[in-house]
Amino acid sequence: MYKIAVLGDRDSIYGFAALGLDICPVSNADEAAKKLRHLAESGYAVIYVTEAVADEIVPEIARYSERLVPAIVPIPGASGNTGSGIANVKKFVEQAVGSDIIFSGESK
Amino acid sequence: MATTHVNPTRMELTRLKKKLVLALRGHKLLKDKRDELMRQFLDLVRKNKALREKVEAGIRAADKNFVLARASMPDEEVNVALMAPKQEVSLEVGKRNVMSVEIPVFTYKTRTPDKNDIYSYGFAFTSGDLDDAVKSLSNIFPDMLKLAEVEKSCQLMAAEIERTRRRVNALEYIMIPNLMENIRFISMKLDENERSTQIRLMKAKDLMLEDAHHYKDKLKNAPIKT
Repeated sequence: MYKIAVLGDRDSIYGFAALGLDICPVSNADEAAKKLRHLAESGYAVIYVTEAVADEIVPEIARYSERLVPAIVPIPGASGNTGSGIANVKKFVEQAVGSDIIFSGESK
Repeated sequence: MATTHVNPTRMELTRLKKKLVLALRGHKLLKDKRDELMRQFLDLVRKNKALREKVEAGIRAADKNFVLARASMPDEEVNVALMAPKQEVSLEVGKRNVMSVEIPVFTYKTRTPDKNDIYSYGFAFTSGDLDDAVKSLSNIFPDMLKLAEVEKSCQLMAAEIERTRRRVNALEYIMIPNLMENIRFISMKLDENERSTQIRLMKAKDLMLEDAHHYKDKLKNAPIKT
């Protein structure tokens, strides 16, 4: 039985507690990296990370990219959207196809 | 050009021919795999994009509601209201095999079956905005989970497609041309050897005939006809 966690700055994530997700407020990149590693090893299948935090711990997140679980998903935080979530999807397309054919229509 | 040294023997030739057949078959299979993976990936990634846009918009809207809620009640009360969550979510992770890529399938279970039973506080001391905020977040949650599943699948498939593409290209542009080149080299060399053996035999025969019949002497002593 797996659990779901949300990682990010407190203001962005406290609402998820009401849904029954485990929230892990972190304030800096080191703490976030440590927490992420801890969560990944202790039975969390989905970890939502706010984009602002995710941008700071990219190498840490990349370590889990080849594994089935956990799925680490960037979500927008209260401080706004850095666009790294959608950029991630773009990166998958580039990796698979060789060039971006899904998002090329829209310029940003 | 034969880049590697090959022994021009019949045994080597047979071996290389077998290898070529295998390489061609592998190439065809991998190419099919790549095409099918690509088709499914494109479907999935379009879904991923749509879901992500929906979830991002939903979370932004929920965040707005939370800001409103915090504006109308003190911070401590918000914290207290959300401190002990009533709902609990647990996740079942299944696997689905798509063209040898294992992708996750998430099914979630909530502790209380009622979808509206999510408010972990009495309504007396909290503002209605908080209810809205929690409600909007809980509405978007199934999509969030779907997003996690789809995005992870996309990630795994993208990696697999890249690997498969490399393999296809390696076979198509390196392995198969090299094998064909080597096979050509060996068969040329064997033909060449055969011809040289033939010539050597003919030459030997000439010498032996000369020894036996002395054609040259006869030719020299023969009267010249005019």
